[in-house]
Amino acid sequence: MSTSFRLFTFAAPSRFYALTGALTPWLWGLTIALAAAGLYIGFFVAPTDATQGEAYRIIFIHVPAAWMSMLLYLVMAGWAAVGWAFNARLASMVARAIAPTGAMFTFLALWTGSFWGKPTWGTWWVWDARLTSELILLFLYLGFIALTEAIDDVRRADHAGALLAVIGAVNVPIIYFSVRWWNTLHQGATISMAAAPKMASTMLTAMLLMTIAFWAYAFAVVFMRARAVVLEREKHTDWARDACQGTSGATGAR
Amino acid sequence: MTANGFAVIVRRDLRLAARRRIDAILPVAFFIVAASLFPLGVGPETQVLRQIGPGIVWVCALLATMLSLNSLFAGDHADGSLEQMLLSGHSGILIAAAKAFAHWLLTGVPLIVASPLLGLLFDMNWEAVVTMCFTLLLGTPILSLMGGVGAALTLGLRSAGVLLLLLVLPLCIPALIFGAGAVAAVDAGLSARGHMSLLGALLLLTILGAPLATAAALRISTA
Repeated sequence: MSTSFRLFTFAAPSRFYALTGALTPWLWGLTIALAAAGLYIGFFVAPTDATQGEAYRIIFIHVPAAWMSMLLYLVMAGWAAVGWAFNARLASMVARAIAPTGAMFTFLALWTGSFWGKPTWGTWWVWDARLTSELILLFLYLGFIALTEAIDDVRRADHAGALLAVIGAVNVPIIYFSVRWWNTLHQGATISMAAAPKMASTMLTAMLLMTIAFWAYAFAVVFMRARAVVLEREKHTDWARDACQGTSGATGAR
Repeated sequence: MTANGFAVIVRRDLRLAARRRIDAILPVAFFIVAASLFPLGVGPETQVLRQIGPGIVWVCALLATMLSLNSLFAGDHADGSLEQMLLSGHSGILIAAAKAFAHWLLTGVPLIVASPLLGLLFDMNWEAVVTMCFTLLLGTPILSLMGGVGAALTLGLRSAGVLLLLLVLPLCIPALIFGAGAVAAVDAGLSARGHMSLLGALLLLTILGAPLATAAALRISTA
């Protein structure tokens, strides 16, 4: 057993499978602990907002979900592009595994935004630039999933999906800067790096905890889905067959 | 040589279309029929129609373009001539650009010519109709070019038709926003120059990027 460590050690599906198998329980633990702490601070400790009352508290789910939805799209497009450019199989598999989670976060951001909009703006939906861009992002996720699922040839599916994801990635900056370009009903970005934070520090703490919890969740779910994709595509190899035999230990049934 | 290859492909597509004239007329027929359904659904009040007219004309132009995109590469793919074109030594980018240009001549231009008629049906004033024609002139090439990417990606798939709509429509939304926005601005007595400039910028960006993406998609789909 060699102990030398290279940059691409975990690009081998078998090592990736072992590593993520070991990491996933920890990530789930982190998700649950941080989400519990973040929700407690957000719902019970953070003060009531002066203008929006209690309704603002959905921000602790809405904003991290919106962040994740955009970030995951870029990550997905990045891995898909790596898989396409360098013919790296694992990168394409990870990109495929990210897509449903990204779509889920986009949907969550839209849904919670709708719940937030009803008491504060008095409407479930406005055709504001940011809401519209987020909706388009959901369509882009669905397009990626539909295209990759429609193509039977795995290689072609990965590469076609990568091209589509890269084209769609142009849309993500538009989402982010749309607030400045079209100034409409939606309030400005909640956290700004340049100005001093206008929120109470407990609110910020809760939001950051929820953000890290969502990160851990995204890692955990993507790893689990990627493990399934890896097993499915590597089913011709011995190690994958052994892994499928169950946890009773590799019996070497060839 | 390269300019010659472009012209050859365009001329070939036009000749093929001239031999199936009814097929070439279908998109513009769909455009007019679909747009004239809206007054029946919304009601005949001229005030309302005048307001929603530009948007409806643009959405119908978008859908009419998408419906005709399926056949952009499908016929050539089925009889093998697409592979021969890609093997011919001409760059894939040139082939993609020529196919998109021919598609625009066959569907985009008839839509632009037919749009004043729809402007009259929706009781739009003369200025708005002229602006709408200009936005379509700038916008329909974007639709043909973006559609080319989608058609190349979905080449030969079982559910290519619907999938193409799902892939390309979200990417065409900026063109729709600025195109319909320009007409609305003119209607409100404002200048449409901002919208026109953005639409022109989109067109330039698409001309630069879309043939590249289409060529890459063709290589992926035919590999």
